Amino acid sequence: MEMPIPSDDRIARKSELMSRLRAALPAECVIDDPMETRAYECDALSAYRCPPLGVVLPYTTEQVAAALRICNDLDIPVVPRGAGTSLAGGSLPTADSIILGVARMNDVLDTDYANRIIRVQTGRTNLSVTGAVETDGFFYAPDPSSQLACAIAGNIAMNSGGAHCLKYGVTSNNLMGVRLVTMQGDILDIGGAHLDAAGLDLLGVICGSEGQLGIVTEATLRIIHKPEGALPVLIGFDSNEVAGTCVSDIIRAGVLPVAIEFMDRPCIRATEDFAKAGYPDCEALLIIEVEGSPLEIEEQLEKIIAIAKTHKPVEVRRATDTAEAARIWLGRKSAFGAMGQINDYMCLDGTIPVSQLPYVLRRIGEMSREFGLDVGNVFHAGDGNMHPLILYNANEDGQLELCEKFGAEILKLCVEVGGCLTGEHGVGIEKRDLMDHQFAPADLEAQMAIKDVFDHRWLLNPAKVFPLAASASRRDQGV
Amino acid sequence: MTIFPTTEAELSEAITSATTPLVISGGGTRRVRTADGAHLSTARLSGIVDYEPGALTMVAKAGTPLADIQAALAAEHQQLAFEPSLMGSVLGQDGQSTIGGVFATNASGSRRIQAGAARDFLLGVRFVDGAGNVVKNGGRVMKNVTGYDLVKLLAGSWGTLGVMSEVSFKVLPLAETMATIAVHVSDAATATAAMTASLNTPFDVTGAAYDPASGRAVVRVEGFEKSVAYRAAALRDVLAQFGAVEILDNAASAPIWTGLQNLDALVGTTGDLWRVSVKPTDGAEVIARVCPTAYVMDWSGGLIWMRTAAGQDVRTALTGIDGHATCHIGRAPQFHPNAAGVEMLMSAIRSKFDPHAKLNQGLMG
Repeated sequence: MEMPIPSDDRIARKSELMSRLRAALPAECVIDDPMETRAYECDALSAYRCPPLGVVLPYTTEQVAAALRICNDLDIPVVPRGAGTSLAGGSLPTADSIILGVARMNDVLDTDYANRIIRVQTGRTNLSVTGAVETDGFFYAPDPSSQLACAIAGNIAMNSGGAHCLKYGVTSNNLMGVRLVTMQGDILDIGGAHLDAAGLDLLGVICGSEGQLGIVTEATLRIIHKPEGALPVLIGFDSNEVAGTCVSDIIRAGVLPVAIEFMDRPCIRATEDFAKAGYPDCEALLIIEVEGSPLEIEEQLEKIIAIAKTHKPVEVRRATDTAEAARIWLGRKSAFGAMGQINDYMCLDGTIPVSQLPYVLRRIGEMSREFGLDVGNVFHAGDGNMHPLILYNANEDGQLELCEKFGAEILKLCVEVGGCLTGEHGVGIEKRDLMDHQFAPADLEAQMAIKDVFDHRWLLNPAKVFPLAASASRRDQGV
Repeated sequence: MTIFPTTEAELSEAITSATTPLVISGGGTRRVRTADGAHLSTARLSGIVDYEPGALTMVAKAGTPLADIQAALAAEHQQLAFEPSLMGSVLGQDGQSTIGGVFATNASGSRRIQAGAARDFLLGVRFVDGAGNVVKNGGRVMKNVTGYDLVKLLAGSWGTLGVMSEVSFKVLPLAETMATIAVHVSDAATATAAMTASLNTPFDVTGAAYDPASGRAVVRVEGFEKSVAYRAAALRDVLAQFGAVEILDNAASAPIWTGLQNLDALVGTTGDLWRVSVKPTDGAEVIARVCPTAYVMDWSGGLIWMRTAAGQDVRTALTGIDGHATCHIGRAPQFHPNAAGVEMLMSAIRSKFDPHAKLNQGLMG
């Protein structure tokens, strides 16, 4: 992936920038010691790294605004950062930018069970939002795999999903209000505890804008009362195609599980070697979870198993208690770790119409042989959000490039069959230059017009989302 | 005069060549209170383009009648889970609601508190902006974070950013059955307390409304038969502290919820018509301040449809309460003004998408 050439003029303003930031913020909030800024050179897309000019870690919204005003004044690009867990390079800095992180802003501001909302500062981790309300029986629904580490700020920037969004929706469906700081340092409140915001749906477009429209420092999130319980069933099949058809049949039958997870043979094998979850030796398996009281769980699982049996499963393993449930989930939850044991891997996240699942899996298998790189598939089957994991060896020359080329071909395939480049990870730098495959120039122009409104000089996270060529004239204004 | 484009190209041509402002409509059931101009309707951009019941997705041209969509979905035991509110009866408008109109106005009914709003179900749009450009955003898959989400921006934009030509959306299975737990209460505050108590349980309530004329707060559960019976009984116990409780079966429940969808409680009443959206626990306070001549509460108290004396200033009465009021019949501007900084952004977005101020000019600010 290419990044724009940093501006020498901006780099030359570093000492002025640092002294102005230090004058405006507490000393510990402004970091430019190269040892200390090292941790901010990359996010979870660790193949790419670059030292920023400095790092700002404010405690308050007003400090965020002050920092942004200074950067705006000095024409310095700002790369927002939550917890740095982006798989798409969403918080990768450039040498002429600063990182603005919200990690120190992690308080719960208000918990309101009567209206079923929680207001938090956005540096708070996803899981600790649920942690703040679970003893009272509530939870925050979006559950990205990185939920132990990832921050709400990043969830909002990328509109993160998770395994359970088949029933509960993604971040955007659970975000009710934000406090947003614009690049000019203006503080705006949009939405709130009421169920729809007035006027145009700015909340909808801010969520998923990858930190390009403003920095969200506070969020009002929907919380839901926990169900009485949840249990999964594991079903093994002797072909991907049959497993895919079974998913579609379950959905058509009117059962709406909270999660339908899919793993193919390469992934099952790797997982077994690593986690020894006792999975069956088969081509494809589904983990389907339902919720409710014991009686309701039984009613739904019976329907699901009856449908599965019409597809000649090689194994049906139904959890009857939480220990068995944990064993069924063990393999799925360690799938990424298991693949990582074998080799370096790249995780894609294109989405396809569910009906295209068998075809796309077959094509990925063929391409895997053409490129000579192994792929394991583990994904959210209910909503068609795939996660092909391409294995490669980072220490071998040319392998990363080959892997990226293969990944790009898979994503183009997702678009060809009516899907999209990314279902929950975001575009970042990773899929930026593939955007032309999904969008015509007028489509991209309409999106960039929104950025023009919020950040007309393109200083916030400028080299992301849009193909560099498409955004060049906008990014180069100040240089 | 009304222009009826039959293709997206004609729609683009109609907007490009327009020399006066355009009043945009679908089936004309949701009154657009904008300045006069030539009328442009999507009613002849009609037809279901693609429907995949196993993927829970449908694609349709914007002018497709809502009734056609619902019939196709019902044949597969599926539905629009956000229960689009229907404005024709209460506004006294003839015509057929269209799917484009439903999404353009983000018309969401009782199930909004559990399943989400219309905007949450809209997956993709094709639209023509005010300069005549054809733009697409989103797609027909359920999870999509590729680029900015203009889909949600277009939902609820009331035609001011572009005229939708095609929409794709998520659908959900129809529940096997439902039950309504009705609790007799005498005021909005008690009704709100009862609705709140029912939502703060694990029993997956899919509707919570209060009609003062009937003196009942109603709470709905849906799903498979055994599950519905179990949850209805559990909720009866939760609600007993608020008043006499009865459980209504599937057949007795249906008219209650279609009545809410049609705003039956306000059909035939007179005065200005307002829609107020606040946080649910503020609903009763809004009623106390405004003293409407008739009203119905939905979304556990967070949504109030009300009639007031002509000219009554509802927005001033909301001072200090977060939320907004939309005036569907009356002299007040249709949409609630926003804070200056937010309004500036909205206005700038409108200028980008509609540079010549052709689309429902002045409607949203």
